[in-house]
Amino acid sequence: MNTLAFASLLLPAFGSAVTFAGGRDLRHVKFWSTAPIALALVGTILVAISHGTGGTSTETYTIGTAGEFHIEIGTRVSGLAALTAVLVAAVALCVQSYSTSYLGGEPRYASYAALISLFTAAMLTVVYAADLIVLLIGWEVMGACSYFLIGHYWEREIARAASIKAFLMTVAGDVPFLFGLIALGVQAGSFQVHDVIASADGNALSHPGWIAALLLCGVLGKSAQFPLHSWLPDAMAGPTPISALIHAATMVAAGIYLVALLYPVFVLAPDVLVVMAVIAAITMLGAALCALAQTDVKRILAYSTVSQLAYMLGGLAVNGRSQAVYLLIVHGFFKALLFLAAGVVIHRVGSNELSRMGGLRFRMPVAYTTMTIGLLALAGVPPLSGFFGKEAVLGAAYNATGEFAVPGRIVLVAGLITAGVTAAYALRLWLGMFHGPFPDAPHEHEERIEAPQTELIPLVLLAIPAALLGVVALFGNGFSQVVGGASGESGSLLGAFAVDLWPGGMTTLLSLLFVLGGAGLVYLFWRRDPKADPAVPLLGSLRGLLLDGFRFDALIGLAVVRPVRAAAKLVAFLDENVVDAYVRGSGVGARGLGTVLRRLQTGSVQFYLTCLFLGVLVMAAVYAYVGTVS
Amino acid sequence: MATHSYLSPTGVEIAFVLVGLVVLGSGLLVVTLKNLVHAALWLIVCMGGIGIEYLLLGAEMVAWIQVLIYGGAVIVLFLFGLMLTKAPIGRTEELDVAHRWPAVLVGLGAAGTLVTVTVQAYQHTWFEPRDALALGSSEGLGTALFHYWVLPFEALSVLLLAALVGAIALSRARREDDGPDELPGEAQA
Amino acid sequence: MHALYPLILGALLFSLGLYGVLARRSAIAVLMALELLLNAVTLNLVAYGSILRDRYGTGQVFTLFIITVAAAETGLGLAIVLLLYRQRATADLGVQRELAEPVESFGADELAATDDYGVLR
Repeated sequence: MNTLAFASLLLPAFGSAVTFAGGRDLRHVKFWSTAPIALALVGTILVAISHGTGGTSTETYTIGTAGEFHIEIGTRVSGLAALTAVLVAAVALCVQSYSTSYLGGEPRYASYAALISLFTAAMLTVVYAADLIVLLIGWEVMGACSYFLIGHYWEREIARAASIKAFLMTVAGDVPFLFGLIALGVQAGSFQVHDVIASADGNALSHPGWIAALLLCGVLGKSAQFPLHSWLPDAMAGPTPISALIHAATMVAAGIYLVALLYPVFVLAPDVLVVMAVIAAITMLGAALCALAQTDVKRILAYSTVSQLAYMLGGLAVNGRSQAVYLLIVHGFFKALLFLAAGVVIHRVGSNELSRMGGLRFRMPVAYTTMTIGLLALAGVPPLSGFFGKEAVLGAAYNATGEFAVPGRIVLVAGLITAGVTAAYALRLWLGMFHGPFPDAPHEHEERIEAPQTELIPLVLLAIPAALLGVVALFGNGFSQVVGGASGESGSLLGAFAVDLWPGGMTTLLSLLFVLGGAGLVYLFWRRDPKADPAVPLLGSLRGLLLDGFRFDALIGLAVVRPVRAAAKLVAFLDENVVDAYVRGSGVGARGLGTVLRRLQTGSVQFYLTCLFLGVLVMAAVYAYVGTVS
Repeated sequence: MATHSYLSPTGVEIAFVLVGLVVLGSGLLVVTLKNLVHAALWLIVCMGGIGIEYLLLGAEMVAWIQVLIYGGAVIVLFLFGLMLTKAPIGRTEELDVAHRWPAVLVGLGAAGTLVTVTVQAYQHTWFEPRDALALGSSEGLGTALFHYWVLPFEALSVLLLAALVGAIALSRARREDDGPDELPGEAQA
Repeated sequence: MHALYPLILGALLFSLGLYGVLARRSAIAVLMALELLLNAVTLNLVAYGSILRDRYGTGQVFTLFIITVAAAETGLGLAIVLLLYRQRATADLGVQRELAEPVESFGADELAATDDYGVLR
């Protein structure tokens, strides 16, 4: 089983290499970008099936030693890893087959497809890694791939800026993350995930709070949480399938996955959990409000991703590990679906702007249907999967007791309000895209402008789990057992109690009320004027602020960019006037010395000979003296 | 022979020191006189003195060769050289280099070092010059030369031949039209 | 005879020759000083031959060799001096300065004419 997992993560890497090597032959690229990932998907499914419920299985090979630590590579399959891997492989396969027609004609399609394959391999490495170092390698390779993929349209200034921003912001989190991993490995005496979790369970870490805080920084960067969130909306400059891959399944999910993986460490640090809850609350509500104000379809979806990731982080903050992982998987499917469907629409309409769309429900029925399913799931309407995911998290927050009580209250309040806002922006998006009048050609409602089969089939395939994954909740605590209980696989610290995902009465009632309220408000404003954006009257004067994402980038510019620029100026000044002075000084000094020494070159042979004999004399005298003394 | 002492020098030693003083004095004049011809003539005195020293050391054959070659041939060569280069016959102020002190320093330093080292090494050593008489005679030296040193002797004869050829080649008067200073094209034009 | 008498005479004669080689400007005077050097060496050779009781006559035989070589050297050296005189019309070593660099020195104005990397502006 571990070998199969290893093969599954090597297959996309192999496919990537072959795609890179194969040049621009379109059929070659299409085959080698999809087939290995399809095989990897089969592999991950087989791993998940053979893994069954509970327990972990680790298999490593020692490849060398560094100091007192053995470097071992290998795979570690747990319920969490198996399920996440299936999600990653499935979304990656959909994205790759979708891209064959979406980007198939572009000149840089080959490198793009190869990078996606590499990205997938890196994410599978993170998921299946048996030790933290290998995990970190996958983690950073993903960061590099996302840099390249976001900057795919590098001719455009905005894409270049977005890719650099994404890279810098995630790396800003990765620096403390690296220190956290090292501290964790040193304190646990091993970098093996297995040993680390065991020592965390045994409460053997001396400073779990610091470690958890450092790790949390990396998670915030990778999963785009406040205050390192603003790269994600900008990352929409990349191609739409990339948005689906980054925002749904891989990069942003890696942060949540890491917290879930090392959950025993975080449980030891209740203060960090409170911080996590506060951050989650701020992010989910703020991002949802921003999504409500945006006019760009992809930015709406991006902010909704940030908001949903905050839900997951909130779930983790209130001891809802299984619930958060459940939401992660469900969200992965329906958000990939949303991005790919939005991509279909954007491609046909030729614009990202919501105001340029409308009335598309007859012209693009497949996109309409699948997107409806996705948006309903996002809004949390029963019985779609998103409803169960959100309710599970809210239920966990409601039921949180003991040291989780404080974060529970925070997450519960923010989550309920966010549920209403989420429903509002989902409905606004749905109405704006598919209903109302089409701005440019109001009389062409009957003509279909459907996308090719290769783009539609992934939509349909993704719509099925997005709609039906809620069925998991029917099995009660089954999912929880597969994922490994409340606090990691062994879970001995808090007792391995499995959690029921079935929504509780109180929170469901409240959240449904909020959903109805939010959606109703938007609907009322929309009814008044179907052509106009319902967000304009709804948000009023706040709209401009939200459109800029609370002017967060300006704040960063003030707090980070300008001091850094000033420091850079200072360094440049020091370099020119202090460091270079020594360099210039050495040149001038050597020249001066040369001028002095040149005066010795008189050209008189006898003078040279005198110098020579003087030297010989000194040497002979010294030699004679030394010989006499000794 | 255990009665060696500085305080009771033998007759040979006294003669050696006296002649040595003459040698050193004439040598000093050779390197300091402003008049080149006088310097060359004092060189004869110096060479002859050294020949006498050879005799006192028991090297009879070497002494005669020294007088013959140095006192005769080499000095004549020098005088010819002086004449051919139209060197000033009288006193010349520009005979020495402008700054003499480095040379004096080197000379005194060399003398000091050599004398110190020699004195430290040989202050308790005596030898009998008469023991070398047998070897120093023409018969003894000839036997040693052709008994043990034939090969270097032959090599030396080749060296002398090469020096002869070299001297002729160097001093041969160059004709005006085959000097390396002129280009062939210029010569034709 | 005490060994120091001939050895010290040789050492002092050598020093005199050294001074002459370094201090004299006329090429012929330098050659004369060279002869003093060679004679100092041969005197030492003969003295050592007696002091060390050499059976093979090494000291004296090599004195003969050196006298021969010195004669050849004087002949060649005078030929060179003659050549020098013929080309330069002087046998003064003090004015033979071709070994010096043609440029006298690197002036401050020349330094100022180059940028920081030594390239002429």
